[in-house]
Amino acid sequence: MSTLSFQQHPLASSQRQLEVLSRSNAGKPFPAFREKLAASGIWPLQPTGIEVLQVNVGKQCNQTCRHCHVDAGPDRKERMSHEVMDQCLHVLKQHDIHTVDITGGAPELHPDFRWFVGQCHTLGKKILVRCNLTIILANKSYNDLPSFYKSHGVEVVSSLPFYNASRTDKQRGDGVFDKSIEALHLLNAEGYGMEDSGLQLNLVYNPSGAFLPAAQQELEAQFKKVLLQQHGVRFNSLYTITNMPISRFLDFLLQSGNYDDYMEKLVSAYNAQAARGVMCRNTLSVGWDGSLYDCDFNQMLDIRLADGLPQHISRFNLESLNGRPIQVNQHCFGCTAGAGSSCGGSITT
Amino acid sequence: MSNTYYHPEDLKKFAAIGDFQKELADKFFSWYGDVFKEGALTAREKSLIALAVAHAVQCPYCIDAYSTDALEKGYTEAQMMEAVHVAAAIRGGATLVHGVQMMNKVNQLTM
Repeated sequence: MSTLSFQQHPLASSQRQLEVLSRSNAGKPFPAFREKLAASGIWPLQPTGIEVLQVNVGKQCNQTCRHCHVDAGPDRKERMSHEVMDQCLHVLKQHDIHTVDITGGAPELHPDFRWFVGQCHTLGKKILVRCNLTIILANKSYNDLPSFYKSHGVEVVSSLPFYNASRTDKQRGDGVFDKSIEALHLLNAEGYGMEDSGLQLNLVYNPSGAFLPAAQQELEAQFKKVLLQQHGVRFNSLYTITNMPISRFLDFLLQSGNYDDYMEKLVSAYNAQAARGVMCRNTLSVGWDGSLYDCDFNQMLDIRLADGLPQHISRFNLESLNGRPIQVNQHCFGCTAGAGSSCGGSITT
Repeated sequence: MSNTYYHPEDLKKFAAIGDFQKELADKFFSWYGDVFKEGALTAREKSLIALAVAHAVQCPYCIDAYSTDALEKGYTEAQMMEAVHVAAAIRGGATLVHGVQMMNKVNQLTM
């Protein structure tokens, strides 16, 4: 499988994705997300305060997962410059933003990844790295990532869409499950996911198809039981995340004829309580080129911050950004369906 | 579009049965909701039972609904298929056990 970008696929264009998202269902339009927010009394949606800076350091990845909202893959060359990383660090140093959430692509492929993590560690920030697990085994030079994470107090957040090989590999590629288990053993050996180690290893579940995740607590119990019994793997928490109807997952929905039903499912499962807790209210997303977005999904759809706001990390202004109206579109129904969905899992219990 | 007795979109209209008889429909949907709540059995266990029963009663709407529900609740393909085999075994067994009735009758009639 190659990226939509490599294929020069029409859905590689964010504009084309937004056109699809705006279309009606058999002549009957889906309700507008902003109208749902208005009916819930939370329009315009505003931040509760920036607590997390989510930094997407680039789109290159050693995997090409079928649901990837970034359209990441080995052929993607977009990569954050050292200058933009410095600008991110300056913002983190100047402001009381307690967490930096490093994502990609596979962020470890960035040549300055370790330097950037080291600088964040020096600043005393809580550091989350969204590690795809297989990167640890992709090359000898990455085998020491678990000890590097440990020495920098990194919280590891890793995707594992299911507790068996067939469903994981369908989504993430042949052999990914076995390699992921091997990587999890290496993380466990370093103390990650082990009781009282203080080293957090959290897994991310996302449905391997056009359906919603089950209750987070229930799935976590199943994952823990099967991964321990069958593979001797331990972890701390499972985060359930709903697939966003964008990029490669949108392509899957359209190709498989599931788009209308999936959108209808997301819309009908709208949960006002989840909407009040969406991650864009306490997170600011930084793109590889330093552009600012309300979230990683808006970043991939190139939905910029509202007019008049700083559009680049070099022009960061906490006061104006904390007062911004968050930009929403139809994909946002993915974050508010059922128990809600965020980079930290479900929003409600 | 082919004309068939079953239309997948009709499942979404299930609640419309109340248009013709609201009181009984309300009672049914309320009871249905309660049945699938956590109880002595978990909602997850009930989902798999429902999937098996859906096959036993051969309801295409129920099969669609509970295949989705079982996926959402984290069942594997093998677990779901084993549930269908349970339904099939009971149906098959139900047919075969009547063979004893046939044998009884044959034995009664014959010398």
